[in-house]
Amino acid sequence: MTAADETSIANTAASTRSGAERDSDDVVAELTRQLGGDRVAPQETLTGMPVIWVPREQLRDALNYLRRVSGAFSMLYDLSAVDERLRTQRRGLPPADFTVFYQLLSVERNADILLKVALTERDLTLPSVSDIFVNANWYEREVFDLFGIDFAGHPHLTRIMMPPTWHGHPLRKDYSARATEFDPYTLTVKGQEVEQEALRFDPEAWGMKREGEETEFMFLNLGPNHPSAHGAFRIVLQLDGEEVVDCVPDIGYHHRGAEKMAERQSWHSFIPYTDRIDYTGGVMNNLPYVMAVEKLAGITVTDRAKTIRVMMAEMFRINSHLLFLGTYLQDLGAMTPVFFTFTDRQKAYEVIEAITGFRMHPAWYRIGGTAHDLPKGWEKLVQGFVDWMPKRLAEYEKAMMENAIVRDRTRFVAAFTTQDALDWGVTGPNLRATGLDFDLRKARPYSGYENFDFEVPTAANGDAFDRGMMRIEEMRQSVRILQQCIDHMPAGDYKADHPLTTPPPREKMLQHIETLITHFLQVSWGPVLPANESLQMIEATKGINSYYLTSDGSTMSYRTRIRTPSFPHLQQIPAVMRGGFVPDLIAHLGSIDFVMADVDR
Amino acid sequence: MNWWTPQVAATLIAMLQAVVILLAVVLAGALLSMFERRLLALWQDRYGPNRVGPLGLFQIVADMLKIFFKEDWIPPFADRTFFVLAPAIAMASLLLSFMVIPITPGWGVADLNIGILFFFAMAGINVYAVLFAGWASGNKYALLGALRASAQTLSYEVFMGLALMGIVAMTGSFNMRDIVNSQENLWFIVPQFFGFCTFVIAGIAVTHRHPFDQPEAEQELADGYHIEYSGMKWGMFFVGEYIGIVLISALLVTLFLGGWHGPLLPPIVWFLLKTAFFVVLFVLLRAALPRPRYDKVMSFGWKVCLPLTLVNLLITGAMILLIDPAA
Repeated sequence: MTAADETSIANTAASTRSGAERDSDDVVAELTRQLGGDRVAPQETLTGMPVIWVPREQLRDALNYLRRVSGAFSMLYDLSAVDERLRTQRRGLPPADFTVFYQLLSVERNADILLKVALTERDLTLPSVSDIFVNANWYEREVFDLFGIDFAGHPHLTRIMMPPTWHGHPLRKDYSARATEFDPYTLTVKGQEVEQEALRFDPEAWGMKREGEETEFMFLNLGPNHPSAHGAFRIVLQLDGEEVVDCVPDIGYHHRGAEKMAERQSWHSFIPYTDRIDYTGGVMNNLPYVMAVEKLAGITVTDRAKTIRVMMAEMFRINSHLLFLGTYLQDLGAMTPVFFTFTDRQKAYEVIEAITGFRMHPAWYRIGGTAHDLPKGWEKLVQGFVDWMPKRLAEYEKAMMENAIVRDRTRFVAAFTTQDALDWGVTGPNLRATGLDFDLRKARPYSGYENFDFEVPTAANGDAFDRGMMRIEEMRQSVRILQQCIDHMPAGDYKADHPLTTPPPREKMLQHIETLITHFLQVSWGPVLPANESLQMIEATKGINSYYLTSDGSTMSYRTRIRTPSFPHLQQIPAVMRGGFVPDLIAHLGSIDFVMADVDR
Repeated sequence: MNWWTPQVAATLIAMLQAVVILLAVVLAGALLSMFERRLLALWQDRYGPNRVGPLGLFQIVADMLKIFFKEDWIPPFADRTFFVLAPAIAMASLLLSFMVIPITPGWGVADLNIGILFFFAMAGINVYAVLFAGWASGNKYALLGALRASAQTLSYEVFMGLALMGIVAMTGSFNMRDIVNSQENLWFIVPQFFGFCTFVIAGIAVTHRHPFDQPEAEQELADGYHIEYSGMKWGMFFVGEYIGIVLISALLVTLFLGGWHGPLLPPIVWFLLKTAFFVVLFVLLRAALPRPRYDKVMSFGWKVCLPLTLVNLLITGAMILLIDPAA
């Protein structure tokens, strides 16, 4: 790629970005006019999108308007809340004890908008918007569960992360974050029975019939321990023979409260927790987090650090897709491919291990750069992997994706359209399998992706087969990106020269007492970030992953919202599975590519 | 010594033969578990069990020790009688089928005139093992597995019988020895090629081997009908499955590949070699293929295999009448 190309790509990217900004200014003005100006308040943030406070009564109008405006915000990308009660730096913001926020995404405009609604402690009720955006259903349940906010008109407002017997709302600021602040945990036999009974599925509670016209339905618990559930995931099937009449996914078995932990860890020491969100994504998870932190800190990362980050992220994309491919085919009953893809993953891990020092969870990105520079001889290692992969990918395609049984099992199975995908908040390869070319690496380039030459594969049918093929094609593209990293790795520093880079460059630490003290404070207390809000979305292995950080001017995050792609993907399952057979469901589960840690966080 | 008559001697020898064959089959079934794991490993780029003893050969001993000493547990919600009966049927019915297989001119347990029919009867009884296990386990996955198993076995047994009728027509006998002897010049795989194909498919289906392992389908039914079994009861299903593989392989050899016939090498070697070939084929199929959807398996059976066997039977009958109208 020539320098001229690079500039032209960079220019195009810049012009589309500013175009998007202009558009969103228009839409904000129009929205304000529609809602009657005085009660709508914009907020300046580092999120890169307009943030607007909307009164509760006008929330539904605002969402309805945004969903229908030309260049519609057709995807409810995220919905969550913030407990504002302990927030000290809220100058200029409307008074609120709790804030519920709605992030909408428009593919057409390639822009987002964030609506916020202020709530007071005495009246924690909001109208449900699950009739406007179907995927609000689970998000509202999550907010209800973790914040105790009511959504009037919600079809099934119950806990989703915590067990049904739980007391309290963990993401509230008055809810302790440490085990030591609780009484020691005990579980009696009786208690166990109560807990188990609480998990018994009650069809009537979900508006399901136990009997059809001529048949009695079987209710089958698939999971939370089932070979094809891909982790602690439970889906209750209403079966007529082997036909899935309806199903209810049940999540929360893998919930570790990562968002709560973020409020107790320093900005720096939270990095290893991010690795464990999408645990097959490794350092890919670090990327949105550190980039969001860098936005708060105002750090500009060096080109070398950016390229190293891209390279390792793509290594993990290939790694994750290989795991997907192996298990996807195994779910279809082919037992051999998984061993082959694990051989390939081992090759990837050899490179990852040599560069980062770890395998699955390197936690290798740092605020302002990476943990180390690339080791001597890294080119040879990465080149070895880049040379190895293409023939393997060709083999998988030939042996498996062209296999008649695989095609028979996956084609037109669990298919959905682009519109369905947007309605349900589906992103990533699963969205692109429906034919929509929307990849954040191209649409909103970050970390220097605009400098790379690669294609965004798309498919047409949006079925389980296409979702499988998408991953193979994406691996090919990732291999291309890796090759470009080898060929054009910029020289320079791997860490930004900035006071908030954590840990600060070691060479600078031993010069005089001042730098030593700074270093000491940064690694013991952690860096203090200015109060603001920032957000970074990336094209992660499974879809769009983002971290929405709220800093209150402290060493720790005030609120960390982790939006993961797998959560909406699972919510969509019943919509595409009704009328399918049990084996189709298994094929679909395999093709979604989810890990429960990415769902429950 | 007046009780020592030639009849007694013959009986004793026959009994001894029976015991030897029984032991050999059970042992082969057990050893197959190790053999399959090593073979799968070979095709899957890995080692498999290679730590215990030379080449991992003693792995089977370790496995058996483990399985024998495991707690013999019956779930409290299970129907005890049928729960216990099921694995016994699974293993016994297949073992008994071995009775009719002539191994060499001199070896074999029984020389029944209804050899093939006896095998069909035993295969039919074998379905009950899965049915009982699935029903008695009191588990929904087991029940679904049993449903699949009975539907699948019933549909596949229909044409499994028909697939062999061509041979019976050509030989004019149900007796296995007669069938082997009539293949001295031409193995039945040539004139009965479609019968061979369909019988292989039906054989895989009846033994619930991949890709027709619908009743267990680990990824779907989490092991289906034997999900509640453990210890030696599960072991009997397990060994039963391997005996099934050996049995179907031996049947294929006997019915289509000329049994013990072959040049130079002694008959027993030919028989074993041919049987081993099919056993390896069974394992290779498992390593190579994904699993088709259950309803597709059924429609494949009824819509492809059954018509094929019928056409095969029709042609065979026509040929026989054409060549020898007097018969």
